[in-house]
Amino acid sequence: MSAETGSATGVASEGRTYIDQFPGEARLVRTAFWSSFVALGIGGLMGLVQVLHRADVLRVIDSTDYYAVLTLHGVLLALTFTIFFLVGIFTWAITTSLDRGLEDLRFTWAWYGLMAGGTALAAIPILGGLTDAVEMSASVLFTFYAPLQAHPLFYLGLALFVVGTWLAGLDWIRSYLAWRRENPDERIPLPTFMVLTTLGFWYLSSLGVALAVVVFLLPWSLGIWEQVNPLLTRTMFWYFGHPVVYFWLMPVYMMWYLMLPKVSGGKLFSDPLARVVFVLFLVLSTPTGIHHQYLDPGIAEGFKFIAMTNTMFLLLPSLLTAFTVVASMEHGARQRGGTGTFGWLRALPWRDPVFTGMALAGVMFAAAGFSGMVNAGMNINYLVHNTFWIVGHFHLTVGTAVALTFMAVTYWFLPQVSGKRLWNRSVALAQVVLWFVGMVLMSNAMHRGGLDSVPRRTAEPQYRGFEIEPTLGTMAELDAQIVLGGTILFVSLVLFLVVVVMTGLGDRVDDLPANEYAETLSGPEDAPLVLDNLKLWVGIAVVLVVLAYALPLAAIVDRGGLFGPGGSPFPVFVGCLEPTVSASVAFLGDHLPAAVSGWW
Amino acid sequence: MNVHTYEKVWLGAAMVLIVFFIASVTYGAIGAGVAMVDDSEETIDPDTLGEDDRFGDPRVEQVGDDEYEVYAVARTFVFQPDPIEVPEDSTVTFYITSGDVIHSFSVVGTNANVMVIPGEVATMTVEVDEPGEYGIVCNEYCGPGHHDMEGLLVVQPEDEFELEDDE
Repeated sequence: MSAETGSATGVASEGRTYIDQFPGEARLVRTAFWSSFVALGIGGLMGLVQVLHRADVLRVIDSTDYYAVLTLHGVLLALTFTIFFLVGIFTWAITTSLDRGLEDLRFTWAWYGLMAGGTALAAIPILGGLTDAVEMSASVLFTFYAPLQAHPLFYLGLALFVVGTWLAGLDWIRSYLAWRRENPDERIPLPTFMVLTTLGFWYLSSLGVALAVVVFLLPWSLGIWEQVNPLLTRTMFWYFGHPVVYFWLMPVYMMWYLMLPKVSGGKLFSDPLARVVFVLFLVLSTPTGIHHQYLDPGIAEGFKFIAMTNTMFLLLPSLLTAFTVVASMEHGARQRGGTGTFGWLRALPWRDPVFTGMALAGVMFAAAGFSGMVNAGMNINYLVHNTFWIVGHFHLTVGTAVALTFMAVTYWFLPQVSGKRLWNRSVALAQVVLWFVGMVLMSNAMHRGGLDSVPRRTAEPQYRGFEIEPTLGTMAELDAQIVLGGTILFVSLVLFLVVVVMTGLGDRVDDLPANEYAETLSGPEDAPLVLDNLKLWVGIAVVLVVLAYALPLAAIVDRGGLFGPGGSPFPVFVGCLEPTVSASVAFLGDHLPAAVSGWW
Repeated sequence: MNVHTYEKVWLGAAMVLIVFFIASVTYGAIGAGVAMVDDSEETIDPDTLGEDDRFGDPRVEQVGDDEYEVYAVARTFVFQPDPIEVPEDSTVTFYITSGDVIHSFSVVGTNANVMVIPGEVATMTVEVDEPGEYGIVCNEYCGPGHHDMEGLLVVQPEDEFELEDDE
């Protein structure tokens, strides 16, 4: 502890790396990271297949199989890559800041096993959608909206994965409680505080998707229920689907608060404000999900307005973070001899991939904030809802703020958890810069295309009866930007994997920097004690969720019934039922005559 | 709590921005009259649309001077009716439902864009002015033929417009 700053954060490792301090935990973190990187590699390859396919540059799969590829891309990147990395970072944060190992590593490996097993189970039917050899499919995309129906294994895998994250949370809470018994009067160390607040809204929100899957979708896919209420399960999905983006984002914010000031050469500007930010996310993350349903029939305008208001207030913690991050970087730059109004920018360690990756991710997140403000605007949302604009938006958030930060901090974490030197810093630096360049191109063109109504989630955004005309430039130019950007992103991804594999193949060294995170200019002694009253904040979060969701859910069930006003399941098994004919033609052939005779 | 002056200024500016956004959305709803799709319609059984007065025969109906109603159905992977023909300078209210999975009904190049959820009827009133052909896309993934799902909204010059059942 560094007494002269009065800060409780800071050096806890006495010059040792993480693997020296906690070898067992380091092995878990390493394994979680590798699981995350495998998902990133496969998911990223699927992304390349998609950009080439959509632009009609290279179509290596049938358009009917595109949606299996897209499901794999969405599930592997949005859930597997992000959350496996998160459990690695959070395990590091808890053990480092409490300076104690996890209570029982057998339990730790049990939740890891549940998460990995769940992922594998869900992946089987998704991959089954790509081949005719197995009669399984789960081409239902990341959102799995009923009545599109996946194979039961998909839902079972998802449920196990979520339960795995719950047990991981219990593991960290157990560590915290054990620490608390020994340190009854200490402030909660900032990294642990961040983990606990994040867990608060994670339990609250993931309960929604777990209930949707276990109560409705899994039994329905097994034939126990004949039908479900599509609006209800969709609302339960978004009850989880918005907070989950903060679940990815909170480890990123943690890195921006704890690591970015340190690698900039300075200190975190304010511990109290960091706590305020995480409390705001705990309280406000969940009662916002209906903003994904602004254009849904069956939900009253007033409920949408409430979600909109909560969403706008959720800008506050992100705007505060923007301030703290930039202020901390400036402090670091001035410590390094930087001067001038903007001249200090030159004094930042731009040759360090850890710094540069995080800083560029932050820049892109600012841009994402602006497109997010547009999305949140309830009435402007008509223009952009479900267009390519949205895809551009979340490739800046989860695809850059999260992914690029994770890749950048990997270059710091990997030596810490493996005891090996980073293989090549120049390649690592090129990698993070390439990601930024690729995403600028791709995301820009996606945003622009979306404004001209180019839809998301389609294999062929080319139509027979009309053409989508960009108001600015040409479709060919937008396609070119997306293909070029996507290709650069894939090259960057390959470089990342090369660096981590080559680092893994290296030998143990004993001159690595110690396991540390940033000290603070204004420490926890400046933070009111009430901030650490987690029961209070969780209580407020629950009240807000009840206020925002009780009436809409009651109205949906009242209108349509728990199991919906009717409608049959729509299994997405087509690719395997009709192996020889082009699936969509076969599908239309099977279903249209019956449907048409029903109408006329 | 010790908050730096710059941080207080930033905090204040952030709050002003947030309140401004909420005010502008409120203005959009009340002042400019951009209504959100809501729960004003009863639910409907997607399996029996064929027997429904409105959706059994998807069509365009005139309900007043320059006022039209469109009863449309989205199904894998078509829109009904197709094309939808309405005259220029008219007010058109769309009633759209789905016969199977979740779709959308999105008129290209405009903000006429709504989700179509089985069991629910989406309503949306739009002012139609410029004559021309507008593409309709489904922008929610609805199955393996999703990319083939398209329709056409034809806005006729007033003197050329004729309702089909008038013929």
